[in-house]
Amino acid sequence: MNGFTLAFSEALALLIGFDHRVAEIVLLSLQVSGLAVCLGTLVGLPLGACLGVGRFPGRQVLVVILNGCMGLPSVVVGVVVYLALSRSGPLGELGLLYSPSAMVIAQTLLVVPLMAAIARQTVEDAWREYEEELTAMRFRWFDSVRVLLHDCRHSLMVAVLAGLGRAMSEVGAVMIVGGNIDRSTRTMTTAIALETSKGDLPLAVALGLVLLAVILLLNGLAYGLRLWAMRRYA
Amino acid sequence: MAHGLLTFLKSAALSLAALASAAHAGETIVLASTTSTEQSGLFNFILPIFEKDSGIAVKVVALGTGQALDVGRRGDADVLLVHDRAAEDKFVAEGYGVGRRDVMYNDFVLVGPAADTAGVKASKDAVDAFGRIAKKGSPWVSRGDRSGTHAAELRFWSTAGVEPKGQGWYKEAGAGMGPTLNMAAGMGAYTLADRGTWASFKNRQDLAIIYAGDPKLYNPYGVILVNPARHPHVKKAAGEKFIDWITSAEGRRAISAYKIGNEQLFYPLVR
Repeated sequence: MNGFTLAFSEALALLIGFDHRVAEIVLLSLQVSGLAVCLGTLVGLPLGACLGVGRFPGRQVLVVILNGCMGLPSVVVGVVVYLALSRSGPLGELGLLYSPSAMVIAQTLLVVPLMAAIARQTVEDAWREYEEELTAMRFRWFDSVRVLLHDCRHSLMVAVLAGLGRAMSEVGAVMIVGGNIDRSTRTMTTAIALETSKGDLPLAVALGLVLLAVILLLNGLAYGLRLWAMRRYA
Repeated sequence: MAHGLLTFLKSAALSLAALASAAHAGETIVLASTTSTEQSGLFNFILPIFEKDSGIAVKVVALGTGQALDVGRRGDADVLLVHDRAAEDKFVAEGYGVGRRDVMYNDFVLVGPAADTAGVKASKDAVDAFGRIAKKGSPWVSRGDRSGTHAAELRFWSTAGVEPKGQGWYKEAGAGMGPTLNMAAGMGAYTLADRGTWASFKNRQDLAIIYAGDPKLYNPYGVILVNPARHPHVKKAAGEKFIDWITSAEGRRAISAYKIGNEQLFYPLVR
């Protein structure tokens, strides 16, 4: 059997056999990335919407910076969070390094700019369309932000999914702040990196396929939820 | 939808809290160690024995020796298990660590293309082997990551009177042992590996052990407690318990009992 066939059959075995170790790792990945995306949603979407609606000096510079931050390397975020959480760093007393909480913090910092940038574009487009009506209704700007966030909620699902995709797939940040500790901070991506460095390439690809399956499943659920919500609330 | 999101957020926060408390149920220490000990599977074998005896859970962060010592300097680990005697002694002398003890040893092996293009098999010792590779200009992949293995490699080059940096045949991977072996396998290059990682490494392709057995290839590991006087949060009692155990008769028995196939990978140091 060549590498790819081996990888596919191993992936199938992992999925069908419901390997407990793999299930634990998948669960941790979902918990960490899920929480990061929730926090990212609470911070990033309103932030993006404010930038999309607000008109103030320096706004365009902020938009460029935000768009640029979509390309923030995860390793850099990892190193910065590591230095902050290290015992010798400013937040060292919390003792959070090498814990799932540290991974949530790093991934939140990673997804906020991405989610905010997508939300900014979405809300700004909607704002252009409804500006006159909203102004005629004498809405204050933060009321407009609220209304537009609500009206755009189906389109903003893309921002949430993009954030989830980024969080689930990054390896640089969680590796550094989590430490890839067995049964404690090992996620799908750090497990894949580990198997690659052990030279077990088929198992690495198999784990990658499992990760892909999980992300596809989440996207399918989100799509279904959206269809259901649109039908129900039209 | 807002309500659903809130519920989801709540359950996510709860599950994370549960996760954190599960990890803190018993006492835990952070052990910064090397990729060679982690990836060879040694820890997976011996740590459950220690955890059962002591009730102390050991969280292993696997790094290169240089990085592991840095983590110790910053106070982000309780105990270190590393393999670079000169750097370890410096670490202790600078007051970052206390009570260094010998634990075990294995050896380095020179790995390269099975056809042995540089004729290393006929070397009279390890230094001669490095000299032959340099003379022939055979491709070499160096760890280049300040690990214990990297430090050992640099010592061999300097003893052989070779300055490999900047040479066309000398590539610095800046990576762990596994990725370096992956590169060497892909390029048909020589490299220096620890026997533990080599034994558990699967993507060998055309690589084989070309030279081994010279006493100069001796690779000893030491254990150090991060100095609690410098970093008061270090779990001194639990860390010392681990150090006592791994250097005790039981610890030595556990290390000797770990085998891949029929090969024993680490030998306890008796003192």
